[in-house]
Amino acid sequence: MAAPLLEVDNLTKRFGGFLALENVGLSVNQGERVGLIGPNGSGKSTLVNCICGTLHNEVGTVRFDGADVNGLKTHERTWLGMARSFQLPRPFTSMTVMDNLRIPLIYTVDARSKSRLSPSELQERCTELLTLVGLQDKARKWPRDLTQVEMRKLELARAMAAEPKLLMADEAMAGLSHSEVSDIVSLLIRLNERGVTIVLIEHIMTAVMSFSQRLIVLVSGHKIADGVPQDVIQDPDVVRAYLGQ
Amino acid sequence: MRSSTFLLCALAVGAVVFGLSRFIQSEYFFFAGYVVLQYIVLATAWNILGGYTGYVNFGSAAFFAIGAYTTVAIHKTFPLPIPVLIVIGGVISGLVGLGTGYLTLRLRGAFFAIATLALAVVVQTLITNWDYVGGSRGAYILRPAAASLFGIYQLNYIEYLFLIMLILVVLAVATARAIEVSRLGFGFATIRDDELAAEASGVPTLRLKLIATTLSGAFMGMAGAPYPYYITYLDPASGFNLSYAVNSIAMPLVGGTTTWIGPVVGAILLGTIQQIATVTISSAVNLLIVGLILIAFVIIAPNGLVGLVEGWFRKKDA
Repeated sequence: MAAPLLEVDNLTKRFGGFLALENVGLSVNQGERVGLIGPNGSGKSTLVNCICGTLHNEVGTVRFDGADVNGLKTHERTWLGMARSFQLPRPFTSMTVMDNLRIPLIYTVDARSKSRLSPSELQERCTELLTLVGLQDKARKWPRDLTQVEMRKLELARAMAAEPKLLMADEAMAGLSHSEVSDIVSLLIRLNERGVTIVLIEHIMTAVMSFSQRLIVLVSGHKIADGVPQDVIQDPDVVRAYLGQ
Repeated sequence: MRSSTFLLCALAVGAVVFGLSRFIQSEYFFFAGYVVLQYIVLATAWNILGGYTGYVNFGSAAFFAIGAYTTVAIHKTFPLPIPVLIVIGGVISGLVGLGTGYLTLRLRGAFFAIATLALAVVVQTLITNWDYVGGSRGAYILRPAAASLFGIYQLNYIEYLFLIMLILVVLAVATARAIEVSRLGFGFATIRDDELAAEASGVPTLRLKLIATTLSGAFMGMAGAPYPYYITYLDPASGFNLSYAVNSIAMPLVGGTTTWIGPVVGAILLGTIQQIATVTISSAVNLLIVGLILIAFVIIAPNGLVGLVEGWFRKKDA
């Protein structure tokens, strides 16, 4: 079997005296759809931040696509093929929806290929991405004019614009209605079918269960389960963590 | 419009301004005009960092004074023509800008602003204690009565300084405009909007911020380099004057910070009002006027005049 796309080994992260993550290890294979769940404050977002380089982990290693990325800055990891969406959408507010997507194209795709996309190619790619997420009519709008669900879609489209190998979607559905959730899930599955490996961090169990091929559970900084979703949610430790004794 | 076309247009506007100024007999016009032009360069330079990337620099006076004192130091050692001094002053201020960037860019918001303020105090203390450039006594620069362009055209020296500053305005504005429409400008805007999201999108934010601090510092130093020849007596109190720090922030804010035209409009407006106030009311009332106008704009037009006009057009469209 090919080497995993993402390998996290022995990762520990402290904030002062607080141990946010302790000896976390996981691996994600090429093309996989992995769900990452855990109660609030269990360290899910911290883990994503450490993998992406937003936070610096003192202990442990992160390997991506065969390379050790410890010590690389966030943008360098993005160039290697990692992408993420943020829990709370963080669009570039002074740019139109279309221009938001141009940023990863000119700063990541061009940096990777060491060439420059022409203005018409840029336009074409942006339109394609907007069509993919269903925002083609909003290209000239400003982020402040978008609804919550549209903002999440923009967030995903911007992450996808960098042509990532791995996409980490950090609570892309929090606060959305039922139909909006299934909208995003089917979008993520479409992206996965295009060959993108996806790690989904989520609280909404119906979404996680319908999406994930494998489930990883994090509780107070420790990984307590990792396996087939149906088995994992029946694991006594996981049930205890979510429901109490 | 392509950046080269824009540069040609800016040069043409500069040539027209200089051509028209030939009809003015009053020497005072050139003294006042020089100051307004100098503020256009300062405001544009400030805006490259403060407007495009959102990092507020309170230390403009330090970069300006570094340019001016570079000229004093060179003048005492080996006098060189002003255009050469501008280049040297720009390089040195740019390097200081780069260093400042390295030291402070982990700081954001108010913390960055305070650090630049501290830089200004440190540089002023150093200069005040540097005897070679006059220390706290100040330094006299004797300027020639006239300068000749290309050895044929004789110009009164103040008119020569006016012309030089005009060329600097064209260069600074053309550079700012070129940044604004380039990929670099897009990168700067992502830093202003959301640095974390910018990094996640692959923007090398630290490198871009260093480019911004270097360019911004360099243009401020270039604006300061001819200053000793203009003022003929430079001491720390005038080189590091509060008005440079205040004006280079107030002018872009009044004009609008997101486009190149904002600082130009703001500098012409505030600079002219200050020059008029100096001769009609008193020279001390200058900063009071700036303060009042700034307060008015923060309340009425937080995005400056440019924002006001844009909003007006948008309303008309809707």
